[in-house]
Amino acid sequence: MKFLCVGCDRVMTFAERQIPGDGTLAAVFVCDACGREIAMLTNPMETQLVSSLGVKIGGRTVPEQPLEQTRTNLEGGRADAFEGEARLTPGSVQWDAGAVERLQRVPPFVRGMVKRIYADWAAEHDIAMITPAVMDRARAELGLEGM
Amino acid sequence: MRKIRTYHQVEHDTGSGILEQVLEQRARIARRLASVRAIVAVLSGKGGVGKSAVTANLAAALAQRGARVGALDADLNGPSLGRMLGVSGQRLGDGESGVVPAAGAAGVRVVSMELLQDAADAPLRWRGPSGDAFVWQGLAEAGTLREFFSDIAWGDLDVLLVDVPPGTDRIARLLDLVRPHVALLVTTPAEIARFVVAKSARLLREAGLDGIGIVANMTGRLETGAADGARALADETGIAIWADIPFDARLAVCTDRGEPWVLASPDAPASRAFDALAERLLNTLPAGSP
Repeated sequence: MKFLCVGCDRVMTFAERQIPGDGTLAAVFVCDACGREIAMLTNPMETQLVSSLGVKIGGRTVPEQPLEQTRTNLEGGRADAFEGEARLTPGSVQWDAGAVERLQRVPPFVRGMVKRIYADWAAEHDIAMITPAVMDRARAELGLEGM
Repeated sequence: MRKIRTYHQVEHDTGSGILEQVLEQRARIARRLASVRAIVAVLSGKGGVGKSAVTANLAAALAQRGARVGALDADLNGPSLGRMLGVSGQRLGDGESGVVPAAGAAGVRVVSMELLQDAADAPLRWRGPSGDAFVWQGLAEAGTLREFFSDIAWGDLDVLLVDVPPGTDRIARLLDLVRPHVALLVTTPAEIARFVVAKSARLLREAGLDGIGIVANMTGRLETGAADGARALADETGIAIWADIPFDARLAVCTDRGEPWVLASPDAPASRAFDALAERLLNTLPAGSP
């Protein structure tokens, strides 16, 4: 899928993705020549269609996690399907009480994967303590839906 | 009328890198399967011919011969391979290099949708708008199958057996992801099985697969004079029968409770047939370590 600025005859480039949480998705593309912006809006079915392909419009912000698509999309995932603490980036990123509480609200089936994503992001940004605010930043930056 | 360039005439991507993401998915599969000596697909196209029981017993027979064996249950909607290999209720490991498969009978490494679902009677469902699920659920299932290949830490294997669900579309889906070294076409003496399995044989042939063998399952029960569909299939397609597994009700009972018959009763005729198939298979596989 490509977007062409007809007036400039230039392909538009991805600029921003927004996931409002209602199953829809907004992706903004811009013409580098004239600056014109357009937003592609997908309905829940279209959003799911893209998600089912295992690709991210706008590109991936974090490497694909093991069984990511299955864990994210499966209804009725078994809470204790996975044993062992998820691999975390060395450097022992800490979690404050608020972050731990928020993490506990993530379904167990995907919790290990989500925890690893936040920990990797924090380590990359030299953040030693993960707080709810840090989680918000990571979520916004990474475009994590439902995490 | 304005002349607007076509997709292929526009060289630059939008920056989404969708193609690169899809190529990376393919690359992940290739990297993971580099440690697998051979993929063996157990398929039929027809339901109820005993594919999963054949897979479970063949896996155990291969392992008994010292092979390192993985078993991937590609039947996401009706998983039974995990139960037959005795891993029901086991947990998967969240390992450093991927999800660690369950350890089944004879040390066979197993992954099955059954291990990911919260209830034994849970039908396969995906999150998303339900009214138009038919549009995207096939893609979701294909995505999970892809992840079963790419994200399971299979380790070094001599054989990765894939238990493929009924339907020629499921065979085509598998072939889109991986190219099996061997495809075992499971059929029975029933004429109606031959009718359906012939479609799968044609599909495999058209895909250019060389290593195809017929597994005639549940043989020896026909009344005198009845046509033997398995032999007719072999004659019609020119595909050799690699194994003739005689019907034994105890095989199903035993395997269904998680103990492959080849382990429980290694000297039974059906078990010897599986052992012979395992030997033939190992002699067919590419030489060398994964």
